[in-house]
Amino acid sequence: MTPLGLSHSSATLCLLLILLVPLGGAGLALINTGLGRSRSAAHAMLASLCVVAVAAIVYVICGFSLEGFTGRPAHVITMGGKTWNWVAKEAFLVRSLQFDGSPASLAAVLQMFSVGLAALIPLSAGADRWRLDACCASTVLLAGITYPLFAHWVWGGGWLAQLAMNYGLGNGFVDGGGASCIQVVGGLTALSMAWILGPRRGKYSHDGMPVAIPGHNVVYVLFGCLLAWVGWLGLNSVGAILFADVEPSRVALVVINTTLSAGSAALTAAAITRIRFRRPDASLSANGWMAGLVASSAAAAFVKPSVTIVIGVIAGAATILAIEGFEFWLAVDDPGGAISVHAVSGIWGLLAVALFADFGDKNAGPGQWLAQLVGIATLLGFVLPLTYGLNWVLNRIYRQRVDLEGERQGMDLHELGAGAYPEFVVHTDEFIQR
Amino acid sequence: MKLAGFLLLLAGWAIVLSALVLLHSPPAQTAFVLAGIAVELLGLALVVRAHLVPSEARE
Repeated sequence: MTPLGLSHSSATLCLLLILLVPLGGAGLALINTGLGRSRSAAHAMLASLCVVAVAAIVYVICGFSLEGFTGRPAHVITMGGKTWNWVAKEAFLVRSLQFDGSPASLAAVLQMFSVGLAALIPLSAGADRWRLDACCASTVLLAGITYPLFAHWVWGGGWLAQLAMNYGLGNGFVDGGGASCIQVVGGLTALSMAWILGPRRGKYSHDGMPVAIPGHNVVYVLFGCLLAWVGWLGLNSVGAILFADVEPSRVALVVINTTLSAGSAALTAAAITRIRFRRPDASLSANGWMAGLVASSAAAAFVKPSVTIVIGVIAGAATILAIEGFEFWLAVDDPGGAISVHAVSGIWGLLAVALFADFGDKNAGPGQWLAQLVGIATLLGFVLPLTYGLNWVLNRIYRQRVDLEGERQGMDLHELGAGAYPEFVVHTDEFIQR
Repeated sequence: MKLAGFLLLLAGWAIVLSALVLLHSPPAQTAFVLAGIAVELLGLALVVRAHLVPSEARE
């Protein structure tokens, strides 16, 4: 899809919507912190801040030069008589960009925030054991290589966006709000980190059963959900305008759909936990809310509100099942449920485009299914090995997990020298099997 | 097993790309894309299995 030329008022609207996106990052940071342990709370917040800072700096230095924007210079190869746009050809430090309110300049601002969001997702999976400097080093790889490369293919006029033009597959791979570029890329990186770091000490007993290690502050988590909601309203709306050619007048539909998806997913999660545990579980309901936001990202501009409720209900249910599946059956210790919330729900959101999206007069048909499947296959078959491989090499050079003593002591004391709550008694290692 | 799993993931993606480049009829493209995804899922299963925590490593 090619970007529309934006009027002055539309560019202003886009800028205002972009400025809401950092609230999504604030929400994720609070959720990550709240779902971690009290003895790692300050570390989690500082790591969030550092990761966002590193992501922004690396993205501006070299990320945008790989990602670019639709219609701008790119490295193209010809295969089977078709041109495949693989990677952008921009100058480092955004020197080739004119800051004139053009869609490309607005996209660069949005991407600088989006890559921060993507980088916050793995922090959740590595909570309580991922060293601060290793988080930053891993973020360099995400913001400098993995994210811009895939985002170019989807949002920068790359080969996934060209599937319609080259092969007549629907409207090409469609992802209005970043379900793939931000959420699934971040979620798959979270999965890689959970595998590389291994489970927290004491998480699994000798008989293989996981030990419940509850989050230390559910109020942070729920407030984080509210902040994330505002951020996602901006992200889904401006993403649809800049990357999916949606008219700015359709922002109202995007806002309604984003909210309905989050709400229905949270209520579904609350209902499921109410049935299973006799009381709704606040943490899992919050995960449901986030899953609804994530699932809405790809299709919010293209579906009816009634359909969005279905998307949200399925996202909420799938996330609860996935969290349990990862913890019990696959022995993946993901304290914040980031893999389920961002990767699983993100993939469901991408499939929902093929199932439910209405592109008006454009005939999508079965070609849209194929385009979405090609995009998902690329995430699993290319992005997951890439992000795992990069972090595996980093881990060989520089160990990412904190040592045993640090884990016993807590990340706050070990890495920062002071706890987050000095006046309160902090739980130490009552979860550790003796 | 881990390396084999990741190689299968990449191989599945290569099948998907090859289907787009080499095949022209939509049913054949669909069949090969689905086959590529099936290979990826097999690779994912191997990677997951390779990362299961051995019981002696649990505390």
